[in-house]
Amino acid sequence: MALHAAIKGKLISVIGDEDTCVGFLLGGVGEINKNRHPNFMVVDKNTAVSEIEDCFKRFLKRDDIDIILINQNYAELIRHVIDAHTAPIPAVLEIPSKDHPYDASKDSILRRAKGMFNPEDLVGVPRG
Amino acid sequence: MSGKDRLAIFPSRGAQMLMKARLQGAQKGHGLLKKKADALQMRFRQILGKIIETKTLMGEVMKEAAFSLAEAKFATGDFNQVVLQNVTKAQIKIRTKKDNVAGVTLPVFESYQDGTDTYELAGLARGGQQLAKLKKNYQSAVKLLVELASLQTSFVTLDEVIKITNRRVNAIEHVIIPRIDRTLQYIVSELDELEREEFYRLKKIQDKKRIARKKAELLKEELLAKGIDIRDQANILDEGDDDVLF
Repeated sequence: MALHAAIKGKLISVIGDEDTCVGFLLGGVGEINKNRHPNFMVVDKNTAVSEIEDCFKRFLKRDDIDIILINQNYAELIRHVIDAHTAPIPAVLEIPSKDHPYDASKDSILRRAKGMFNPEDLVGVPRG
Repeated sequence: MSGKDRLAIFPSRGAQMLMKARLQGAQKGHGLLKKKADALQMRFRQILGKIIETKTLMGEVMKEAAFSLAEAKFATGDFNQVVLQNVTKAQIKIRTKKDNVAGVTLPVFESYQDGTDTYELAGLARGGQQLAKLKKNYQSAVKLLVELASLQTSFVTLDEVIKITNRRVNAIEHVIIPRIDRTLQYIVSELDELEREEFYRLKKIQDKKRIARKKAELLKEELLAKGIDIRDQANILDEGDDDVLF
């Protein structure tokens, strides 16, 4: 089973606002599986934090997902769950959203890295 | 760690040899592990540099992608719901490969095209060019993100492995080697002690023998003074008779 899963291509999942999701779906990452579960989640202003959290946890549990993309502003809402996820797979990537620029100092991985190396190299990431 | 902390072993030459071999083994292992830790650390730093670079690049690419989305919307009108509803199969999928750094397997993601474009006909009426550009932008964003994901995964894995390796290096350096050293010292001191005891015993026996000899001499002299000469008395044991052959 595990071998089979390894041969089969894995998916990228997206948690983000409508525009981010639409963009990535047009890029071709979207899939709806046999049980009609999509591998993306559209978050709007009416979505509760617990829903995002549940969805994120569900994505973590699915073994056909290797990468989870999440908008940084939503990642901020469920920071504790993301920080608790330490396994290498699936990889959780924080991406900037349309109306929130990317802030390197909030990123889980970079924050972990900062403890080991000198901070100037990391904080000084210029924003275009 | 008190000075008492050593391996429970009986102090003997054999045990000493054993401990010496163990000490050598531990030192060798320590050296090797240290080399491994250094190699991992080097790779780790490389990856970290790349992550930071890629994250910066990602900001740029995502900005451009979002901008082209706005462009496409302007040209085509709102197509969000159409796209969200028409999801079927993923076109971009991920393959995992393994990379090996000093005995640590790092997963490397690789994206590949699988199946046809679901939104082939999207924007057929108008804004097709913008949509095509939008797709291309997001595909390149996905490619970059996949690259970033493999870097990040390597980062997490290496971080873990480096921690473990360093722990081992330190354990050998600060616990195992000192313990073996102490055991060796203990064995050497015990053996020395035994040797000293042996030496003392030998001396003591020599003393006793000397005293006994003196007494015998004295006795002989006394006897000689009395007129009994036992000096040339043949010892029955010294007769040296021929071997008897049957």
